[in-house]
Amino acid sequence: MPAESNGHATTGTPRIKRGLAEMLKGGVIMDVVTPEQAEIAQEAGAVAVMALERVPADIRRDGGVARMSDPARIKAIIGAVSVPVMAKCRIGHFVEAQILQALGVDYIDESEVLTPADEEHHVDKWAFEIPFVCGARDLGEALRRISEGAAMIRTKGEAGTGNVVEAVRHMRAVSQGIRRLQGLRSEELASAAKELGASLDLVRETAQLGRLPVVNFSAGGIATPADAALMMQLGCDGNFVGSGIFKSGDPARRAKAIVAATTYFDKPDVLADISADLGEPMVGIEISTLRDEELLAARGI
Amino acid sequence: MPAPRVGVLSLQGDVREHLIALRAAGAEGVPVRTAAELATCQALVLPGGESTTMERLLRTFDLLAPLRAAIEGGLPCLATCAGTILLAREIRDGLPGQGGLGVLDLAVRRNAYGRQRDSFEAGLAFPAVGPEPVLVAFIRAPRIEAVGEGVEVLARWEGEPVAVRQGPHLALTFHPEITGDPRVHRLFVAGLGGV
Repeated sequence: MPAESNGHATTGTPRIKRGLAEMLKGGVIMDVVTPEQAEIAQEAGAVAVMALERVPADIRRDGGVARMSDPARIKAIIGAVSVPVMAKCRIGHFVEAQILQALGVDYIDESEVLTPADEEHHVDKWAFEIPFVCGARDLGEALRRISEGAAMIRTKGEAGTGNVVEAVRHMRAVSQGIRRLQGLRSEELASAAKELGASLDLVRETAQLGRLPVVNFSAGGIATPADAALMMQLGCDGNFVGSGIFKSGDPARRAKAIVAATTYFDKPDVLADISADLGEPMVGIEISTLRDEELLAARGI
Repeated sequence: MPAPRVGVLSLQGDVREHLIALRAAGAEGVPVRTAAELATCQALVLPGGESTTMERLLRTFDLLAPLRAAIEGGLPCLATCAGTILLAREIRDGLPGQGGLGVLDLAVRRNAYGRQRDSFEAGLAFPAVGPEPVLVAFIRAPRIEAVGEGVEVLARWEGEPVAVRQGPHLALTFHPEITGDPRVHRLFVAGLGGV
């Protein structure tokens, strides 16, 4: 067999970057701060883990500047699990991103949960071999991040609150934005592109597909299996769960239930079964009690 | 002949891409998450995704036994990446207790090419689907480290098997479904003629 007529291997292409996110669809990506938590997450069926120094609920409580995690911690988590490992850099902090790439993380989250390092510019994500996921509150934000090279989008929600209301708002906003594009005539897409701050090509592609051209997860406030299923029924491709698991009474059990709920999101009888006896959920925060400067989702638009 | 009805195991992974590729290959693709849904299908695709997640869900929802029984009863399977891990007789570098369906005579090592930065795309010589190479993606791909006697190797990368056939089953360590080339799915669907 002419095995030698194989072509050359090319790494870091858009297809390869977006492709890993395609493989994560229908799954749950869990925030973890220790190798032990990473193992619990993997055992529960997480498709990937997000290596962090503090979960968003603690970042919110502690205040101060939140930065990329200690590389030693990220390495320890990479060493503990075989599922993909993601890690966060600050918005616009391309050197933190370079360090994360050098560590061998599988995905970088340029995240509003950390304190932004640049108030005007995001990282030029095309310049990296490994893929990026970015947060978005609406279609314009999502398309701008994709223009900058993001290979995956997640709703911002309001991280660390255990309150799903903002994730719902953002997922609906993205979907409504796409439905609106689908109703426009070809020449009207040009002014829509201008409004959205995105290229006409990308706007056309999105209108044609009827979805974002990259995978779109939900994030920010998911705390129960019902929350996870709600986001799936609203049309997301999978869920990030941050504080909701390891700030709850029985993390292993809750993690497993949220994984199952993300798969069987449209089967209420299954959801009823897996939602029972999970122990205490994390204590949530009512969004209206937060001051404007405490809202993480307004960072990096 | 009506389009064959091919299930796609939809616990997690790139189900959408397989459904699209199946349609392009002339089959009717349907998502499968329960034993009842499985029973309506003439063949099954095990998609790419995270093999440990799929295995945990198969176990939790008691799907391992019906799935194994269906495959042993002759249900043809097309497996990509994580799907190939699920079908293999031996899983190397799996989680403690990670056992799959054990229906293909293969030993497969998870994530054997490295991390995401080592993932790649390439044109792959695949004579069974035609003279032109197939554009494929290897994403945190497993390696087939050993094949049994009844296993035919259909394509190799750097000398190692990456696409194999055993009876009615096709197992790949890469993804033909995310590059828009439906020839591998066509090969699988064409093989269903006599089912």
